[in-house]
Amino acid sequence: MTIDQSGEQQLAASWNAAAGCLTAEAGSLAGTDRLGAALADGLYPGCVLMLCGNLGSGKTRLVEAIAAGLGCPREAVSSPTFVLVQEYEGRLPLYHFDTWRLRDSDEFLELGAEELLEAEGCCCVEWGDRVEEILPPDRVNVQIDSTGADSRRFTFQATGARSRKLLEQLAAALGAG
Amino acid sequence: MSSSAAPPSSVPLLLAIESSCDETAAAVIARDLTVRSTVVASQDELHERFGGVVPEIASRAHLERLLPVLDEAVQRAGIRLNQLSAIAVATEPGLVGSLLVGLTAAKTLAAVLDIPLIAINHIEAHLYACRMTAGEDVFPAAGMVVSGGHTSLFDCPEPTGYQLVGSTIDDAAGEAFDKVARILGLSYPGGPSIQRAAEGGDPAAFGFPRTFLQEDRLRFSFSGLKTAVLYAVQGIPGSHREVPPLTPQRVADVAASFEQAVVDVLMGKCRQLLRQYNRRTLLVGGGVAANRRLREALDQLATETGTRVILAPPSLCTDNAAMAGIAWEQYDRGQFAPLDTDVTPGLVRLESLRGR
Repeated sequence: MTIDQSGEQQLAASWNAAAGCLTAEAGSLAGTDRLGAALADGLYPGCVLMLCGNLGSGKTRLVEAIAAGLGCPREAVSSPTFVLVQEYEGRLPLYHFDTWRLRDSDEFLELGAEELLEAEGCCCVEWGDRVEEILPPDRVNVQIDSTGADSRRFTFQATGARSRKLLEQLAAALGAG
Repeated sequence: MSSSAAPPSSVPLLLAIESSCDETAAAVIARDLTVRSTVVASQDELHERFGGVVPEIASRAHLERLLPVLDEAVQRAGIRLNQLSAIAVATEPGLVGSLLVGLTAAKTLAAVLDIPLIAINHIEAHLYACRMTAGEDVFPAAGMVVSGGHTSLFDCPEPTGYQLVGSTIDDAAGEAFDKVARILGLSYPGGPSIQRAAEGGDPAAFGFPRTFLQEDRLRFSFSGLKTAVLYAVQGIPGSHREVPPLTPQRVADVAASFEQAVVDVLMGKCRQLLRQYNRRTLLVGGGVAANRRLREALDQLATETGTRVILAPPSLCTDNAAMAGIAWEQYDRGQFAPLDTDVTPGLVRLESLRGR
């Protein structure tokens, strides 16, 4: 476990190269912001993040931080629960999905999700485990768990070569061994 | 579609279609803004077990229900289709599949009958419902729309073309009701079930956050409130402090305290809106405006500040086509839509954020 350069206990990360798994502990919302910014730096066209975690775990909050890192106006980001998908303009287009209201992956397809998943942007899919079979095989699975009122554990799992490279970059950026 | 002989109407009539989200609705509205008929087929029962609006179901159900609903609206008005002067349809915002069903029907009718098509904004229609309720000109005014997808503040200097001046940065108020209902194990939609659960609850039992209440900027955030309710019910993660069992009384207290937090924020922002735009009239629309606690607070605002508060009746607060009277304002201004008009499903955004 290493501590980020600021020396504050905001963000600490560890990288398990064998498993392709990065764990990040954010001690505060500021830590989540730093994580989102570092993650945004490595995002590439067509990358997909599958976000999992309970109500209130901070899925939308992480997407806000990623969007800010991509240069989207932070206030353009809001919960897509009602409209199901929103698009933000940044260095890359960011497609923000929420499947909370969906029953199954057929309904996800009805949204035109496939088209956006294959587009030249980055897709963040909240409650993504509900539509897992539609998501591309090479993606980053993100599990968010609450460890305190404002602290969160983020577990990033790469599922292919491209996503693994993204996590390696992120691990290096966070100084994780 | 309509049946045989109908008495000629001396007043121009239009047919309005609404399919932006849950409800499939149609209405015949006369030029004098009297509603000649209004038909709403709600899909709430379909959505209940899924805890929210399901778009695939929504668009398929719209498709199945639209023609019977249109037929019913025309028949109840006692008119024939060829008596219509225009077709109005909600084209924004909403779920794309649902909007398309209504728009396609509206275009077809406009083309076949050779009458103008009027594209209306669902949110503006919610506010205009207040003008219809008042039965007289109410502009200039300030406006608030609170629903499952929107928590938005408007300045309304004239009967059409309202300016969005504030909105939520995360969850909509109605979405918070739905999610808190889920946390408390209450049924969907969350608005009515939380209101019911809150009866007999203490609105001061929990000090839930009133985000942004103390700042002048017109914006909302309900995500933190949702999380605070979650922690009150399930405990703070990592904390060893035990949470009391979720008794009916505790559910009532959480529900009442949550409602009070939402109402306090909405009322605070309404006061700021009225002050900042120097308006003496407040229009309130959207499904959450049916909430009793909010209605009482708005009554109090009217009494204390002398503001004229106009709420659409509960029947006009939820989605329906009768509120589409704003189409006549657009008709008068020649604001017609071409037949290749498309839907604009996304949430309305602050002008300042558009195109960035």
